[in-house]
Amino acid sequence: MATATEAPPLAPAPEKEPPRRRGRWTPYWLLLPGLLWLVVFFALPVIYQASTSVQTGSLEEGYKVTWHFATYWDALSEYWPQFVRSVLYAASATVLCLLLGYPLAYLIAFRAGRWRNLIMILVIAPFFTSFLIRTLAWKTILADSGPVVDVLNTLHVLDVTAWLGWTAGDRVLATPLAVVCGLTYNFLPFMILPLYTSLERIDPRLHEAANDLYAKPSTTFRRVTFPLSMPGVVSGTLLTFIPASGDYINSDLLGSTETRMAGNVIQSQFLRILDYPTAAALSFILMAAILVMVTLYIRKSGTEDLV
Amino acid sequence: MKTTKDTTTAGNGGGDVRLTGISKTYGSFTAVHPLDLTVPQGSFFALLGASGCGKTTTLRMIAGLEEPTAGTVHLGDQDVTALPPYKRPVNTVFQSYALFPHLDIFENVAFGLRRRGIRSVKKQVEEMLELVQLGEQARKKPHQLSGGQQQRVAVARALINHPRVLLLDEPLGALDLKLRRQMQLELKRIQTEVGITFVHVTHDQEEAMTMADTVAVMNAGRVEQLGPPTELYENPRTTFVANFLGTSNFIEAEVDTRSGGEIVLKAGGGKLVLPEARNSAPTTTGGKVLVGVRPEKISLTHADDAGGIPDGRNRITGRIADSSFIGVSTQFVVDSPVCTDFEVYVQNIDRDARLVPGAEVVLHWNPAHTFGLDAAQSLLAGTVNSAGVETVEEEVA
Repeated sequence: MATATEAPPLAPAPEKEPPRRRGRWTPYWLLLPGLLWLVVFFALPVIYQASTSVQTGSLEEGYKVTWHFATYWDALSEYWPQFVRSVLYAASATVLCLLLGYPLAYLIAFRAGRWRNLIMILVIAPFFTSFLIRTLAWKTILADSGPVVDVLNTLHVLDVTAWLGWTAGDRVLATPLAVVCGLTYNFLPFMILPLYTSLERIDPRLHEAANDLYAKPSTTFRRVTFPLSMPGVVSGTLLTFIPASGDYINSDLLGSTETRMAGNVIQSQFLRILDYPTAAALSFILMAAILVMVTLYIRKSGTEDLV
Repeated sequence: MKTTKDTTTAGNGGGDVRLTGISKTYGSFTAVHPLDLTVPQGSFFALLGASGCGKTTTLRMIAGLEEPTAGTVHLGDQDVTALPPYKRPVNTVFQSYALFPHLDIFENVAFGLRRRGIRSVKKQVEEMLELVQLGEQARKKPHQLSGGQQQRVAVARALINHPRVLLLDEPLGALDLKLRRQMQLELKRIQTEVGITFVHVTHDQEEAMTMADTVAVMNAGRVEQLGPPTELYENPRTTFVANFLGTSNFIEAEVDTRSGGEIVLKAGGGKLVLPEARNSAPTTTGGKVLVGVRPEKISLTHADDAGGIPDGRNRITGRIADSSFIGVSTQFVVDSPVCTDFEVYVQNIDRDARLVPGAEVVLHWNPAHTFGLDAAQSLLAGTVNSAGVETVEEEVA
């Protein structure tokens, strides 16, 4: 403050103006490439799809914008089961990812020592193979006469899952369980990495301080470690839930017609049935649904307080 | 239940900390050599040493955050060596405070009470926040407070549990000089007020001397000397202590005669007298002794006035090599045949204009201020240069 008030008499204001003016636009110039990218590849397609969703017509006669909002209602009333399924499968996969990913991220952050980098590579390694190949590999893993299904059958685990409706008969493939397994596997790294980042940022002295203040290790975790890792939990669950709820590959390769998700419907409307307005309307419904859920979730978890 | 037990035992004088043969090794590196130490109940005890000397490791072993390789830790009559930190009636103020960033000040302070299942914490927390003068800040988050305020929260968070011993790990290290002075007095006031045993780890000799009743000077995993600050300063037993606490001048001398509690030594051409009680070196005739004297104990007289120096004072001659005026005193460096770079601090009461570089002078002092050390040790132990090396070690660790 003192320097700011003393400065003007020493250096006249007009002389200080030019350098500031020259630098004023620099941030915007730097933003330009990113903004252009967003406009061309995000904003324009979204506007185009929005207009498509309210068009009517046919492939032969061409489509016209007729503000036919009924498409939305029709799409929703016909395909609501797929939407519910999308949310359910994505939520199940997210919870599984959290349960599997948290201990692993914790291990990497606090216990791995010199193994840390190796485990990190193992977490990221699957990305070196294509998403499609990895999902196809699960087809082999869960194959009807494969070792996994054999073991589960011997242990009568499949009887229980079949009773719950997760599997059918004595097979895993082409059931909801297989789709959720595929989703969990494919999105696990997106859970682990943000969890690891937020856990790793926690000062180990906070654990010592909690210990010193009569908190048992389990209490330390509940009162200190977990609350401090909330930013990672929130971003991890979002990074898993959002893409998982729009995914169609896993259901396509590991599921059946009984496990079709919103993504599958959109894909087939666009690419097979060629009913563009319905496909566009479905896309918007999915987007809106995710947006609402994510907003509620962020509000509820109150992460803005933690950062 | 547990709290009542803790407070009553604390009241019964169970606050002695006894370390018996305690040591810590990491692989081939020995951080703390087997060490016996007793900190009496209610005292303010400082562990002083350069970075990497093992003082923090010792403190962490008392807290239970570090497991000793050998030896035991007793609090009063209770052997706590095997107890995890959360079961020890000991609390720590950490170096960077380690306040919980997700909890407000009130909850930070209440943390220990809540973990012990105490429901109504409001009154206690508010009283404690008053004690450290932070009543207004109760609902703020740690990052909204200044360094000094955070430091007081850390103290409050530990003290509210009425530990038998409060451990302070360089608690003032992150504060600027002025605030550090203020907090030193504050901590001393709190300690007197609550009467809990404080064990304070620091590398700042001035801080240790101002605050502590007893100081243990540590070097390379060993306690070099233990005692009240004045004794450590006036009568150091090793060159490390002599150099680490303030500045010392050393003269290599040879034992000549011993009589009536006094040792007469030969140095250069002259003789020096050293009280036997202040000597820690072996004294066989002809044996070597390092004679030490603090710079402020020495008087400086121009060679022309040498006749006026009273008898019975230790004296050596030399030439002023350098002088720097620093207000309250003038610091001289004197080149003498028995010791180069002899440092002398002279109070600026009556300044003698002849005392300029190049002048021939006589240095003289009361023999009672002389101390004797074993000549078989490095003269430079504990000086700024060797402390610099230890700082590097800390960064590696």
